[in-house]
Amino acid sequence: MAINKERDTYLQTIIKQGYSRRDFMKFTTYMAAFMGLQNSAIGQITKALEKTPRLPVIWDHYQECTCCSESFIRSDHPIVADIILDKISLDYSLTLMAASGHQAEAAKHDTMKKYHGEYILCVEGSIPTGDDGNYCCIAGKTAIEQFKEAAEGAKAIIAWGSCASNGCVQAAAPNPTNATPIHKLTNKPVIRVPGCPPIGEVMAGIIVHVVAFGKLPELDRQNRPKAFYAKRVHDSCYRRAYYDAGLFAESFDDENAKKGYCLYKVGCKGPMTYNSCGTIKWNGGVSFPIQSGHGCIGCSEDDFWDNGPFYERLTALPGFGIEATADGVGKAVAGALAVGVGVHAVASLVKKRKDVSRRINKGIENKDNLQIPENER
Amino acid sequence: MDTNKKEITKIPTKSYKRVYVWQLPVRIFHWANVVAILVLSVTGFIIGDPPALMSQSEAWNTFLFAKVKVIHFIAAYVFFGVMILRFYWAFVGNEYAHWTAFLPFNRDFTINKKAIGNIWHVIKYDVLLMKEKKHNLSDISIGHNYMATSAYVIMFFVGLALVFTGFGLYSDLSSWWLPKLFSWVPDLLGGDFVARQIHRISMWLIILFIIIHIYLVLFHGWLHARGEVSAMISGFKFVRTERVKKTGIDFSKESDEDSDLNYDENNKFKNKE
Repeated sequence: MAINKERDTYLQTIIKQGYSRRDFMKFTTYMAAFMGLQNSAIGQITKALEKTPRLPVIWDHYQECTCCSESFIRSDHPIVADIILDKISLDYSLTLMAASGHQAEAAKHDTMKKYHGEYILCVEGSIPTGDDGNYCCIAGKTAIEQFKEAAEGAKAIIAWGSCASNGCVQAAAPNPTNATPIHKLTNKPVIRVPGCPPIGEVMAGIIVHVVAFGKLPELDRQNRPKAFYAKRVHDSCYRRAYYDAGLFAESFDDENAKKGYCLYKVGCKGPMTYNSCGTIKWNGGVSFPIQSGHGCIGCSEDDFWDNGPFYERLTALPGFGIEATADGVGKAVAGALAVGVGVHAVASLVKKRKDVSRRINKGIENKDNLQIPENER
Repeated sequence: MDTNKKEITKIPTKSYKRVYVWQLPVRIFHWANVVAILVLSVTGFIIGDPPALMSQSEAWNTFLFAKVKVIHFIAAYVFFGVMILRFYWAFVGNEYAHWTAFLPFNRDFTINKKAIGNIWHVIKYDVLLMKEKKHNLSDISIGHNYMATSAYVIMFFVGLALVFTGFGLYSDLSSWWLPKLFSWVPDLLGGDFVARQIHRISMWLIILFIIIHIYLVLFHGWLHARGEVSAMISGFKFVRTERVKKTGIDFSKESDEDSDLNYDENNKFKNKE
């Protein structure tokens, strides 16, 4: 393999960075735990990182805010950022590479040519496809062309964050640039890692999985890694007991909110959102939104900007205006229907009166003609 | 007024025969569905917007909201079960429960022209309340009219949407294979948000249908006066004698056709002639 001769293994890189083998072992243990693997997998990961030459990584940025990169370099263990995002490891990343301008583009093309079929393509941001893709151009090429070129020879494609996975805010209605998630622009399998941003440890876990096991992690039907997106935030929420008890904060400043009751009624989207926030948490396991007193906004779900207000439990009804909800429209239609039914009832009293009065008269006549025996009167 | 009354007297009063239209399973399905939909809607509204509970008890001591959800899920199984059994009954039930009574097609899948005419008649005289110059006996449906059954068919699909999105949302809470069968639904739709939205909208469609359904049952019960409302309890509707084939048994001489005295031990009618 071409990489073998020219590139150090992961362990070699880590030692060169000044870490001890003990640090390295801690790192692999962390990673196995994040991925939810059993003990024996620690050995597998260790072995793989000892022997595998470092995989070249191309990290493309399109329509995005770089919060995914920020989240990643703040991941719990420093080795993560060092081995993956260090300037030696990362062949191309707008944010973190040393090179710039033509040099950077040349380095990217070198990697793409030299390690064709071996590099990992990470994409941060959605791709605007409106107006021939002119809304996002890098080095004189549109994002569509850049992506298709890089995707062609990639060993694995990872869509970092909600932009690359779902389109996120720039794809929110009316989506002026026609921002498109990357999996719609390639036939290759794309690992979707939604979240705004995704959790740093989740991102590290996925990269290490691809590196250590040489294949994509197990994905669900929406192509999200099962290890991190199989459970709803709700299922691992420490406030779940209050939910099941029916104890809810009614507003953010009431007594119930102070007691730490469930935030369901102030708009928490945890029951519909698949992510690891409740277990891995953020900033090295310090906290996550719900723990900090704010409901989940569902940032890792499709179209979360268009799914109704963040602070109310409402179902937005598309096509009925931004303020319309299913309940509001339902109540209005039910009211209109009740009026319609009333009008119809009154109208039928008038229109069908002849038929009905004929029947009633006949019925009265029949009643008068009843033959009741003497003894039963 | 007097002259009017005399004229009426000249016409003999209409006689009706009791016809067993709604078989027992149909009636059971209907009322089980009523209970299920009622429970599902009420608990559904509570789940969507739970009441403010000012309880002093600790969370570990209470399980109220979870219980509401469990009731919702149990009712959902009833709703789904009834749906499957009713679908089965559309193939083995009598002609008023059969699928041909619900779709304007004959058994060989050709268009049922009478059904189309029936829909037209219902729109003209029941919905738009146009004046009916000539009353045709055949215009009066013995079971459902085709306008009603078209609505039921649409409601069947709305019910399917509720079942698919509901069990899809529920699948992650259950380890049983049946709800797991639907776990692909939210993924296909693009997530739980969309599934929940469709679930909610479908529920409203059912509620809107119920308003119309109850009104029209009352309307027909009032207008036709042949036991429309009680039919779903007893199974019987009243059909004009002219529409029932002569059986050769002359009931006019019997005081009571229902009396046990007129039947032998095998429940066969004793023809006294």
